[in-house]
Amino acid sequence: MAPAMIGPQAKRGESRAALDARSAHLRRAILDVVRSARRGHVGSAFSIVEILRVLYDEILRVDPAHPDRHDRDRFILSKGHGCLALYVQLAERGFFPREALASFCEDGSLLGGHPQAGKVPGVEASTGSLGHGLPVGVGIALHGKLTGRDFRTVVLLGDGECNEGSVWEAALCAAKHRLENLVVLVDYNKMQCYAATAEVLDLEPLAAKWRSFGFAVREVDGHALPALRRALRALPFAAGRPSALICHTVKGRGIARCEGNPHWHHKSRISDAELGELEGELEAGRDGRCAS
Amino acid sequence: MRKACLESIHELARRDQRVLFFGSDIGAGTLEGFRTEFPARFFMEGVSEANIVGVMSGLAMNGWIPYLNTLAVFLTRRCYEQTLLDAAMHRLPVRLCGSGGGVVYAPLGPTHLAFEDLALMRAIPGMTILAPCDAGEMRRLMAQTLDWEGPVYVRLAKGGDAVVSDAALPCRIGRGVLMRGGADALLVTTGITAQIALAAHAQLARDGIAAGVLHLHTVAPLDTALLLESAAGVRAVVSVEEHNLTGGLGSAVAEVLAEANLPRAPRFRRIALADGFHPEYGSQASLLRRGGVTAEAVAGAVLTLLETKEG
Repeated sequence: MAPAMIGPQAKRGESRAALDARSAHLRRAILDVVRSARRGHVGSAFSIVEILRVLYDEILRVDPAHPDRHDRDRFILSKGHGCLALYVQLAERGFFPREALASFCEDGSLLGGHPQAGKVPGVEASTGSLGHGLPVGVGIALHGKLTGRDFRTVVLLGDGECNEGSVWEAALCAAKHRLENLVVLVDYNKMQCYAATAEVLDLEPLAAKWRSFGFAVREVDGHALPALRRALRALPFAAGRPSALICHTVKGRGIARCEGNPHWHHKSRISDAELGELEGELEAGRDGRCAS
Repeated sequence: MRKACLESIHELARRDQRVLFFGSDIGAGTLEGFRTEFPARFFMEGVSEANIVGVMSGLAMNGWIPYLNTLAVFLTRRCYEQTLLDAAMHRLPVRLCGSGGGVVYAPLGPTHLAFEDLALMRAIPGMTILAPCDAGEMRRLMAQTLDWEGPVYVRLAKGGDAVVSDAALPCRIGRGVLMRGGADALLVTTGITAQIALAAHAQLARDGIAAGVLHLHTVAPLDTALLLESAAGVRAVVSVEEHNLTGGLGSAVAEVLAEANLPRAPRFRRIALADGFHPEYGSQASLLRRGGVTAEAVAGAVLTLLETKEG
């Protein structure tokens, strides 16, 4: 039996407002990167565009000219397959030249299907295998605590990634050490690679799980810019506890055919014609205003 | 040997404030002195090896030098991907000290036998693997781990092992120790089977055969130069190890010898535990005997190889 499809109409609670000019621009930039390799995790990247946009535009203390500054905030894209959105964001901020985006997945490129630390400026940890980013993030946050530095460590997890036991080991550890300087963001688009999370391995009640693991938890529409800003500016959510922000998102957000469609989790051999159609659909959904 | 290892970590912590100690859920009172002296640098993080190696990697990315002690079986198997990706791929100075390497925990059964740990660690690029033969050598090697580049796996033996190393000989990570010279054959060993190799050396000497003993406490990076120098000219090389036949020291030695294409290549044999699981209980010594890892087997292998007519 084919996996159940959950279309956008099945979602509740997420903003369905049209994309503003910048969110549409960022998605077009992602499609440009996809064009160079004709492949990529399109749905996984489109799901986190607004989260990364708010983080990099307004929240994270990072300096592209000095990406290794001791007091920088650390961001780990633990769901490394969402890297198309990160690459575009890092290029926009000037961590590396935009021209590098066109070499996505080429032999010798900075940029491939999962991000590498030490290779891509601004990438803190190499990710790709799921369940690694949070333990490493806990270690980095412990470093902040041991040295009294006031930087924050932000780890973005996928929902499918929350199937991994190491995520929950790390959650216990973060709470034990009262890592107020650690923030977990969950990209909760309810669609993992094969099918809906509810079908593959149900995470509900997800917010209650994080709460019971000792996190101060909030939930937000992961595409609603004002709500994301409010939530991220309110960090940490409680004294003496790590924070978790469950971001309700739509996989593939912005292109109707990709939304909530597991077949767009990852695609290869994407044709010019198909790319043109994707761009057309993206353009059609844009409201032309800049809401930021 | 475990005591020597742990005391070394404590000593390193006194010397260098970057040193941290991590345990999973190890014996009550372990490194209590460390905990008292450096409470902020002592971490007992529960039965969560994958998380611990990830956490240690995050700390090592920021200049810390974390040492982990837990059972070798859990340390090598449960968190293998974290060791490979988080620690090794990022080239971090994470130190993994595995208690009960080999068949030390024979009374506890097959789940606790680290009989393939060397093979697992050898497959990780950039991993340094140390298997000291006794407590003295453990202390000398541990002192050098502080500033050693990249991740290090330290295989701990049972404790109370006979001291066979010579403190007067140079002991350097990455350099083998030629414990005995011998023109007829070469015995290559690592860890506590140095005792077996030395006993075989004595047995063979009684038969008039001069067998050298090369102890490679560093299984990776292997001291290929000393291995080839020691193997050149002998007619037989026999490796002996407390490890599965596949992928351990014997495999490493075989690779080196095969690719060296020596003009008069010595005959070669591995003495190791048979390739398989080991469901029997007993003791380290009884499992080694049952597995054929004995001085008699080593000496017998040398004799057989020497008696084999040239092809």
